[in-house]
Amino acid sequence: MAIFLAFVIIAVLGLLLGLGLSFADSKLKVEKAEKLEELEAMMPGANCGGCGYAGCSAYAEAVYKGEAEIGLCAPGGNALAEKMGEVMGVKVEEKERMVAFVFCQGNPSVTGLDYDYRGMMDCNAASILLQGPNACKSGCLHLGSCIAVCPVGAIEKNSEGNIVVDKEKCIGCGKCTRICPNGVIKMVPYSAEYIVACNNKEPGALVRKECKVGCIGCRLCVNKVENSPFVVEDNLSHVDYTKDMTHAGDAVSICPQKCIIKR
Amino acid sequence: MSYIGILVTYIFVQNFILVQFMGLCPFIGVSRNSESAIGMGMAVTFVTAIASVVCWAVYHFLLVPFDLDYLRTIAFILVIAALVQLVEMVIKKMSPALYKALGIYLPLITTNCAVLGIAIIAIDNNYNMLESFFAGLAAGLGFTMAIILMSNIREKLETTAVRSVFNGVPIAFISAGLMALAFMAFDKSLIVNLHLA
Repeated sequence: MAIFLAFVIIAVLGLLLGLGLSFADSKLKVEKAEKLEELEAMMPGANCGGCGYAGCSAYAEAVYKGEAEIGLCAPGGNALAEKMGEVMGVKVEEKERMVAFVFCQGNPSVTGLDYDYRGMMDCNAASILLQGPNACKSGCLHLGSCIAVCPVGAIEKNSEGNIVVDKEKCIGCGKCTRICPNGVIKMVPYSAEYIVACNNKEPGALVRKECKVGCIGCRLCVNKVENSPFVVEDNLSHVDYTKDMTHAGDAVSICPQKCIIKR
Repeated sequence: MSYIGILVTYIFVQNFILVQFMGLCPFIGVSRNSESAIGMGMAVTFVTAIASVVCWAVYHFLLVPFDLDYLRTIAFILVIAALVQLVEMVIKKMSPALYKALGIYLPLITTNCAVLGIAIIAIDNNYNMLESFFAGLAAGLGFTMAIILMSNIREKLETTAVRSVFNGVPIAFISAGLMALAFMAFDKSLIVNLHLA
């Protein structure tokens, strides 16, 4: 009898509390929309912050609320943008995948040094001291702050001492472009074949003194190439990727400084 | 014992964390920053205060009349679990950010022995309903005070150079031990001298 009573009492207590909870649940329900959950589920989950939001779920929420544009997620790329567009019921334009590129080939064997840097192995620290040890003040400092910040390990120093980005691994989050004190890392289209790997905007005569592979703004790539996609601005050549690229390869041999490279 | 006496007892003299060593899991787990510590303290205070009253009612109106007081542990756990669920729903609705910050420690209030502890202590001391409520409230406030103090210490520790062997949780444990030593200053004589007994 006592056992039966104990059973009934606990069962009744449990039932009452359960009913109370289900009542509270119906009153305090949080409307987490299906669409938002779907969006969150399809995010790559790298939490790289490349979109400018605190993480993947924060970006998904911003898209859901209509505060953010679809397609800001670089790791997800077009495939993700298309899927998000489907969920949100909007048409999304295809965007070319952008990857980071280090616009400098100035390893210590080709670029002069102003002084011997022996401080912290960090580009921003070196940059405080006379804008770094390189004679060229806009080039790569080769101390690897971008290597440390890359969430996918796509950046490394090659055998020549240059910092290079593996375009296959790069997810395009742009963290390296923001950490670099000289802004020498910029985003280029994934398909870009020819790149002017220099960031020095000083006049040619100065560049020649500082670096053997710096762009001197001689305009040969503009004038000697048929339908040239090259543009020279502020003594620095760069490629306009919207233009016809058929003859761009000629510039590689024409460039006297050999700073136009093919990848 | 007067109500003020009960408050002083469970906030200082019998502080649940620093004197009785109950509920240490969230004390270390959620004390990284003071904001979530305050949130956790509020949640625990709410649960202890309500739980001790409801448990008192369940014990005296349901268990004692049927001579089932040996079932009090399971009955109290049921009440506490339901209350924690309620708190979880409220926090999820009111402040999703706090809900995220508390994470797993919020449902873990269910298994926080401080909550069950105060309910059982209130029964053992033959408190009446209002006294039980004050005991629960004071236990929660004592917990809140301890976790807020701890979170402030840990925020300071973040910017302090600490030997790498002690960095992180070890130095937090040492700080907690020192805090517990300091709380030994509060003992029964405080209640007696303040004429609160």
